[in-house]
This record gives sequence, C-alpha cells and structure tokens, in this order.
Amino acid sequence: MKGLELPRADQTILDLEGVRVELGGKVVLRDIDVALRRGELVGVIGPNGAGKSTLLKVILGFIRPSAGAVRFAQGQRAGRGAIGYVPQSFSPDPDLPLRARDLVALGIDGDRWGFSLGGARRRAAVDEALAWVDALSYAEQPVGRLSGGELQRLLVAQALIAEPDTLLLDEPLANLDLRSQDEIVGLVGRVAHERGVTVMLVTHDMNPILGVMDRLLYLAGGRAALGTPDEVVRAEVLGALYGHHVDVLRVHGRILVVGAAEVESLTCEA
Amino acid sequence: MALLTLVRDLLQTPAVATALWIGSIVAVVSGCAGVFTVVRGQSFAGHALGDVGSTGAAAAYLTAVQPLYGFLGIGLLGGLAIDRLGNRARERDVATGIVLSLTMGLSALLLFLITEQTSATGGPLSILFGSIFTVAPAVTLPVELFSLLALGLLAVLYRPLVFASLSPETARARGVRVGLVGTLFMVALVIAVEESSLVAGALLSTALLIGPAAAAVNWTRQIGHTLALSAFLGVAAVVLGIVLSYESYFWPPLHRGWPVSFFIVMLVLVEYIASRLWRRRREATA
Ligand SMILES: Nc1ncnc2c1ncn2[C@@H]1O[C@H](COP(=O)(O)OP(=O)(O)OP(=O)(O)O)[C@@H](O)[C@H]1O
Ligand SMILES: [Mg+2]
Repeated sequence: MKGLELPRADQTILDLEGVRVELGGKVVLRDIDVALRRGELVGVIGPNGAGKSTLLKVILGFIRPSAGAVRFAQGQRAGRGAIGYVPQSFSPDPDLPLRARDLVALGIDGDRWGFSLGGARRRAAVDEALAWVDALSYAEQPVGRLSGGELQRLLVAQALIAEPDTLLLDEPLANLDLRSQDEIVGLVGRVAHERGVTVMLVTHDMNPILGVMDRLLYLAGGRAALGTPDEVVRAEVLGALYGHHVDVLRVHGRILVVGAAEVESLTCEA
Repeated sequence: MALLTLVRDLLQTPAVATALWIGSIVAVVSGCAGVFTVVRGQSFAGHALGDVGSTGAAAAYLTAVQPLYGFLGIGLLGGLAIDRLGNRARERDVATGIVLSLTMGLSALLLFLITEQTSATGGPLSILFGSIFTVAPAVTLPVELFSLLALGLLAVLYRPLVFASLSPETARARGVRVGLVGTLFMVALVIAVEESSLVAGALLSTALLIGPAAAAVNWTRQIGHTLALSAFLGVAAVVLGIVLSYESYFWPPLHRGWPVSFFIVMLVLVEYIASRLWRRRREATA
C-alpha cells in the first residue's frame, strides 16, 4: 500500500477543458469543463445515454475528444496503472480456464511481458485484495461461472491492487445486493479519503454513496454540472443541462427530476 | 508396452522418425496457440488461415518452392490482413470471411492449373490433406526454427495476452498494448496453423488447433494447466495417428495404408468427446 498521505482537497489532479466528443456523427459531450481534486469521490449521475461511460473513456484516453483537452496535473503519474478502471459490463466466456484470483493478479503486473513466477508475497497480495471486496470465498472458482456482482467485486479488487492515482468505476453497484453495495462504497470511500485516490463512480442511485460522496457530477444533454448535491440538483442548473425547463421535486423523501424525457429518480433521503 | 516397442521399431524408419518428430513439434505449437485461439474466440480465423495458406502452398507447388514457405507466406499476409481489418469480434469474422473467399478463389485457380499442368492429383491432395510422411528432411530445420519462434512469442506475450483476451478494456487501462499483443499473437497463430497444414493438411489443420485446446479447456481451470494439457493431447493424437496410419498398411481390404490425417482427426475427436463427458459428469456431481 501507498504511504498514508493526507489528501489535499484543493489540489487539482485532472482537468477537462472544453471537452467535446462526437461519436458516429452525434455530439455526445459538449463544453465539458471539469476539474477533479486529489482524494475526492465524485458521484457521476445522469439518464441513460447521457455520456457517463463516454466521459470515463475520454479520461482513460480510449476516446479522443474532437475539441478541448484532458490534462493531468504536473507530477501526476501518467500511463501504466495510473488509472484503475472498472467497465460497465464484463461477461467472460463461461468456459474460460481462469480463476478469480488469476483475474485479480493481472492487476499487479498483467501488462508485463512473459510469465510471472508467483511466490508467496504475490499470493498474499492477491489474498489481501480479495479480502477487500469479500471475494476470498470464491477465489478458486473459474471466472466464467461467477455472478455479475461477484465479477464486479473482482474487477474492483483488480483495479485497486495496481495502486492507481485515479479510479474510474462505471456503475460498480449495479449488480450488487445492498450489503455488497455498502461494502464496496465503504472501501472506495476509504481509498479516496485515506489514500488520496481520486474516484469517479457512475451510479443511477445516489442513495448508497451519499455518505462518502464529496461532489456530484450531473450529466444530461451532453453537458455537465459539478458541485455538491445541493448546488447541482436545482431546477435552474439541471434545466440548463437538459436545455429546457425541468422541475426538481422532493416527494416522500425522493428527489425527482420531472420534465426530462423521462422522470429521473435520484435518491430517497433517509 | 506393445505400443512402446512399436514406436521404437517405427523410429528405425527415417521417414517415420521424421514424421513423429515434426508432428510432435507442430502439435505442441498448435496446442498452445489453440488455447488462446479458443479463449479469444478466434476459431474461425484459425480455421480460415489453413485454407488461406493452401493458396500459397499451391503457388509454391507450381513454382517448385517448398510448400511450407507457401503456406507461411500467404498465411502471414492473410493473418495480418484479418488483424488490420477487424478490431472487434464481429468485424474480425467479416474480415476473415473476405480474406478467406478472396484466397480460396485464387486457390481454386492454382489447384486447377496444377492438375492441368502436371496431370497429377498428388499435389492438391497433399496440400489439402497433409503430407507428413513425405515431408522432406529439408523442412525439419525450418519447422524447428519457426516453432521455436512461435513458442517464444507465446511465452513473451503470455501475461498481456491473457489479460487482453479476458478483458481488453481493463487491460488497456492497465497499460497493455492490446493492438500490438493481438498482432503478435496473430503471427504465432499463423505459424501454428500453417505448420499443422503441412502435417495434417489445410482442411484438417483446424482439428489440431482447436480440438486439443477445446478438450483441455474442459479439463482444467488454470490457463497454465490448459496449455500443458492441450500440448500433450495434441502430441498424443499425432503420435498415435502416425502409428495407426503406419499399421493400417496391414489392414484389409486395401492393404495400402489409411491417411494419417484421418486418424489424427478421429483421435482428437475422441479426446474432445471424452472431455465433454468428463465435464458433464463433474458438473452433475458438483
Ligand atoms: N461508438 C459509438 N458510436 C456512436 N454513438 C455512440 C458510441 N458509443 C456511444 N454512443 C452514444 O453516445 C451516447 C452516450 O453513451 P454512453 O454509453 O456514454 O451513455 P451512458 O451515460 O453511459 O448511458 P448508460 O446509463 O446507459 O450507461 C449514447 O447516446 C450512445 O448511443
Ligand atoms: Mg454507461
């Protein structure tokens, strides 16, 4: 593990300036100006097709913006292993001859040429990572036979074992039961706040992450708004994103955004 | 024991000894490359490369060049074309189909020319169904060298190849050069397929590539074990196939010897069916 450096919340580590993305002739993201700080956990929310996954892929360098730039702060480790990524969907072949622990171990040095020699230290590191996500009980199982939630937890472990500076999680809670959601959220929150890793977590439900979320990034109509939930979830702000009038309603403890193509339900406040 | 004595006797015959040695090397290379081919879902490309290579072999036959170089040359061109044209699995199948039909058209022409020119069917037959007993001692060294190259490539690629085959996106985020890894694997695959085309024939090289690998996948759950078992199953099928083919000279009614490719394919099939049955039993009891 990295030494315990206290996060300096004001330190910008990642800057998106005027980012515009066009895919298949369609503008998916426009005028994205977002600065992320070291050690903060940002929840990313927005309707289907808003461009959440696309935004993560732009940061990863998988998609090149047609305008604007993605800048990493000076001194920020760039490239190999600097960004941990858990994609939205992952379904390995059912017959794949690979165990859960092998999948996690790829996070250590899967980018290096040749074989790895194994060894006790490596095994202990993998065991530790498996324990973070409560996956020790199925460590020896073939990955093709695991459930979606079990796989998702392994991917989180695989991303974390590489000790990234930035962690991009695309709907990591989607397949998880409530207990596993809480565990992953707790883990990711500690990673952000204790180790100073910047985390972006895409979700359709703010409720599980309210306790650890520092800021909210709301995507709609290809535009983004970033701030505290109270700053962002307001009729004027969201109306500007959607490009037309919307209402933000609080009904029975739920926040509903009405007037978007569909009604977005963000959270139920406890 | 009887089998061992038999093999020892066979080794006294130089042509058979060469066949056993080359066949075993090729089986190891195919067995290892095959595991990744199966895992990456590239079986169609693997099969097509055999047919693609046969075009080169036919051209080589016409120009009196060693068929191995024909197989390898055109196979490499075809493999790189498939790799360049198709990035995602579906695109890759389309690209494979295009490259395949293009070269098969050429192949039809070349095989026609061979039969017209030489009024012999031996050439086309050996290209399509293999020529392990007639492989000239001259190819032993090149086959050894190319096999070493393919196995070396697979060893070097091992970790990133497993990673990229499992999940290209997380591999890429981790710093794996997924495109480069795929292209280098294609080179190893071409060598494996074209060598087994030489041994078992262009039409049957798929059996050596996919059969032992698919059986090994059923029997194992760690890719290192899968590779070892696949190589072993391949060698077993080739050695036993050669022995049976040699023995079949004494079999009624023809007393002419049955083609070795037939035995190899049947043995691979037996291995695969056995692995399926084993797996089904394990899953039933689990
Ligand atoms: N390769 C592509 N070519 C063309 N359009 C694309 C491509 N990839 C994504 N899109 C479009 O970009 C938009 C944003 O997609 P994205 O996957 O980023 O949405 P999302 O916010 O992650 O949605 P979800 O909540 O469903 O995961 C969608 O309208 C999608 O159709
Ligand atoms: Mg998405």
